[in-house]
Amino acid sequence: MSSTMHMHGGIGESIKRKEDGRFLRGKGNFLDDIVLPNMLHMAILRSPYAHARIKSIDTAAASSKPGVIAVVTGELMAQHKLAWMPTMSGDTQAVLATDKVRFQGQEVAAVIAETKAQAEDALASIEVDYEVLPAIISPDGAKAKGAALIRDDKEGQTDNHIYHWESGDEGTTKAAFAKAHKVVRLHTFYPRCHPAPLETCGCIADVNPATGKTTIYMTSQAPHAIRTVFALVAGLSEQNIRIVSPDLGGGFGNKVPVYPGYVVATAASLLLGRPVKWIEDRTENLISTGFARDYHMTGDLAVDENGKMLALHVHLDSDNGAFFADAQPTKFKAGLFHIVTGSYDIPTAHITADGYYTNKAPGGVAYRCSFRVTEASYLIERLVTNAAIELGIDQAEFRKRNFIQPEQFPYHSATGWVYDSGDYPKAMDVALDKLGYAELKKDVEARRKKGEVTGIGIASFTEVVGAGPGADYDILGLRMFDSAELRVHPTGKALLRMGTKSQGQGHETTFAQIVAEELGIPAMDVSVEEGDTDTAPYGLGTYASRSTPVAGAATAMVARQLREKARKLAAHLLEAAEEDLVWERGKFYVKGSPERSKTIQEAAFAAYTNLPEGMQPGLEGVHYYDPPNMTYPFGTYAVVVDVDKGTGQVKVKRMVAVDDCGVRINPMIVEGQIHGGLAEGYGIAFMQLITFDDEGNCIGSNFMDYLIPGSWETPKFELGETTTPSPHHPIGAKGVGESPTVGSPAAYVNAVIDALSPYGITNIDMPVTSDKVWAALRSKGVTE
Amino acid sequence: MFPAAFDYEAPSTLTEALSILKQRGDDAKVMAGGQSLIPLLKLRFAQPQLIVDIARIPGLADIKRDDGHVRIGALARHVDIERSRELAKLLPLMVEAVHWIADPLVRNRGTLVGSVCHADPSGDWGSIMLALNAELVAQSNKGERVIPIDGFFQGPFTTTLRPDEIVTAIRIPVPSGSAGGSYHKLERRVGDFATVAVSVQVELDGRKVKKAGIGLTSVGATNLKAKQAEQALIGHELNDQVIAEAAKLAADAAEPKDDIRGSAAYKKDVVRVFVQRGLKAALARAQEVRA
Repeated sequence: MSSTMHMHGGIGESIKRKEDGRFLRGKGNFLDDIVLPNMLHMAILRSPYAHARIKSIDTAAASSKPGVIAVVTGELMAQHKLAWMPTMSGDTQAVLATDKVRFQGQEVAAVIAETKAQAEDALASIEVDYEVLPAIISPDGAKAKGAALIRDDKEGQTDNHIYHWESGDEGTTKAAFAKAHKVVRLHTFYPRCHPAPLETCGCIADVNPATGKTTIYMTSQAPHAIRTVFALVAGLSEQNIRIVSPDLGGGFGNKVPVYPGYVVATAASLLLGRPVKWIEDRTENLISTGFARDYHMTGDLAVDENGKMLALHVHLDSDNGAFFADAQPTKFKAGLFHIVTGSYDIPTAHITADGYYTNKAPGGVAYRCSFRVTEASYLIERLVTNAAIELGIDQAEFRKRNFIQPEQFPYHSATGWVYDSGDYPKAMDVALDKLGYAELKKDVEARRKKGEVTGIGIASFTEVVGAGPGADYDILGLRMFDSAELRVHPTGKALLRMGTKSQGQGHETTFAQIVAEELGIPAMDVSVEEGDTDTAPYGLGTYASRSTPVAGAATAMVARQLREKARKLAAHLLEAAEEDLVWERGKFYVKGSPERSKTIQEAAFAAYTNLPEGMQPGLEGVHYYDPPNMTYPFGTYAVVVDVDKGTGQVKVKRMVAVDDCGVRINPMIVEGQIHGGLAEGYGIAFMQLITFDDEGNCIGSNFMDYLIPGSWETPKFELGETTTPSPHHPIGAKGVGESPTVGSPAAYVNAVIDALSPYGITNIDMPVTSDKVWAALRSKGVTE
Repeated sequence: MFPAAFDYEAPSTLTEALSILKQRGDDAKVMAGGQSLIPLLKLRFAQPQLIVDIARIPGLADIKRDDGHVRIGALARHVDIERSRELAKLLPLMVEAVHWIADPLVRNRGTLVGSVCHADPSGDWGSIMLALNAELVAQSNKGERVIPIDGFFQGPFTTTLRPDEIVTAIRIPVPSGSAGGSYHKLERRVGDFATVAVSVQVELDGRKVKKAGIGLTSVGATNLKAKQAEQALIGHELNDQVIAEAAKLAADAAEPKDDIRGSAAYKKDVVRVFVQRGLKAALARAQEVRA
């Protein structure tokens, strides 16, 4: 810590994380640490069935259990017009079921009691009479003739289809396919997985019966948006709602939505006049809250005789669960999936997408992924490796042949994106060099001759983050800008408040560093606060790798705004003309006379003590940043695997990750983010799976079944970097949190497929478990 | 995640514990390390009316030699086995296998006897005890009886132990001459229950197999003893053909089910692969001991 204490902490310095002191000492303040006087506890009764009609609910026995204050059902919520709530994708979602349950784990009733144990005990005494209905667990099931209608609550809904959405150009794509030398097809399923933050979701709702002020402590990545939604849904006056998001133990998208528990706890506090705490257990979190992925994709890539890509066609079926609750910008039904042309200069593309209701939990959140970019990146990178294998071209060479070249930026993609900057061949070269690719390929060949199963996988992903320009990006109409408010105190120390919300990303350090760079106040002297809607400026929150691209830009802008005022103050103190002052990080000096200078701290003091005539006192400001474009981080990942022919087990021998996220503010934090994402990518590729049996029972409802990788499972990560600044971001940063989860799954799977390619095996869907690899090998007669 | 309410007794003598079980054994669960029981309670999969915590009873934690056997007491933790020099010398299979059990936190509290009595067909110790031909020492108010491990497991989480009995120790015969064992476990992540695991122990007489034990984990309603495979080894040299035949017989003895960990066919084949690898490793170790 001491070395960090003496560092300025500007951009590019790996200072230690300011927030870690309290976490390491066990002095964080997470939701479950908060205890309010007179607080009650809530437990939720959940449906054991995936699809069933509720014939009756009898709460009499539960109501008389020890400590029970109230039992809440959908009927009671309906009396307050709160049995249903809007989703982030314009659908409705049941808060507590009134008519039917539509997925296993759906909220049916809630018990409010003096202790959590009493609330949980009483759940068993609620008697629900269900009439079980057939469960639908896939888009194919949803489409089937005679399939049960899941959303019979919706007027005019006659089947299980939610949306049809297209992007790109059908005509030119068809024409290009007609002329193609070869078409390579990949059908793949990106299975349902779950963000599984170590801290589950929860809230404490505290409605003051005297003032009507509603304070809700909530595990939320987007507290302001939640406040507005609560105002609109519950009809509460927005100035009377305060959302406080305390320290969060991970989010990864899981803490973006409004969950029924929040609504019921708030209603209960309103009715009972006492604070009500609700916090999920692990199983509740895994079976009912925002899942990710669940995309069935078919990609066709048209290639000419020189191995140049001509066109891409993709169709996807999206399994959205029982309520269409995807967390994504309003205009894009399949999120940002149409970035699917990836890093390649593909002249034309056409994407079609259909969404379906199924009897599975709702909430397609972006698990460490910018709105369905993981699915897109996975598809194109898997397809490209398969095409290279089929064409007999080396997979690195095939990529290089088709990369968007550095001079093509800003690049207009076939599906309408304008890529801001990139140098894909360079990132690829750094990765191949680190890997020792040429030697490694020889080694692979030699070992294959001996009968060993080994391979190399590459993925050269392009991310699209920083949502986003207000004209195109909104959540329920709220434009996706973000904000920073900077207050410089008389003694030259500062408080930065933002509309974002860290869940472990290190905002208290990273954003202080932007102020340190732009305003010259050392990072240790800048406090960063987020998450309290009564104090922080309005913003859309932290997800989709948007904090640095958007709120980070707002921070730079507000720091620059204050620097201009400080310049006036320094000019006043130095009795010099403003235009004669030169800024050097931390001070202004008179051009040609560097000894005549005033520090930023002196200028700040003057703002409160010694002002020029007519100037407003204070050194405070706020900036709301509406980004002109998205940013496009990219990189090349490469993986080497060995496969055990006897058991099908895959051993990742090496994992090289070269990331370009533009300018790195705190390189250590960036590398930590990359390590975390590569580990999660490993989990998705090999371990993590939320699946369902034919009755719709969720398999993967605890950490014995939903497998999170630990340090034992994950490979050693070898990192590399290139730096291509974003031309439109004030400090050239691009965002990095999700690149490794977006890019790595395809690299891992490509390595396995490359290893199995000599036997004619072209695909194994994730998670690539040993039993699937075994089955593929045995189907080709390979055995030990 | 709170357990349903239960009564709790922590007797300080074995006599006291046995008298509690005599009265309330049908409604009670005996707890040693609690590493299997407490998760079941928290998930409310088990809702016993009484927990009898035997952790305070003195004299049950020893690992010692006892008349051609090693006797491991009911309160000996996995970690005690991990660190036992006696076992490393006499039954290295156990010390190798213990590292495959759960994680250090569980190994610090969980016990061998508790794990065997829990009778989870996915438990590691059951198949190792089957391979080593262990026996359990059970006590009740009526006295002591010795139960051979073969036949102890009746079904998932079900054994021949009576509700009034406590297993106070497990006795394992000490191999004579050249002996070696191995434990192969396929797990989806470190500390996971086995998808398939195979324990193998052989004792040689010259180049030929004198005694053989093969135990299978996670491929049936209980841990299984692959008796035909064991028999096929006795009196033979462990060449590739004999090993392949035994591996096939062991795979035939497995009765796995399709589940999230893999198909029945997959698990049977992994049994075959692991018996092959296990016998080769056991042979190499037995020959090392002789050398």
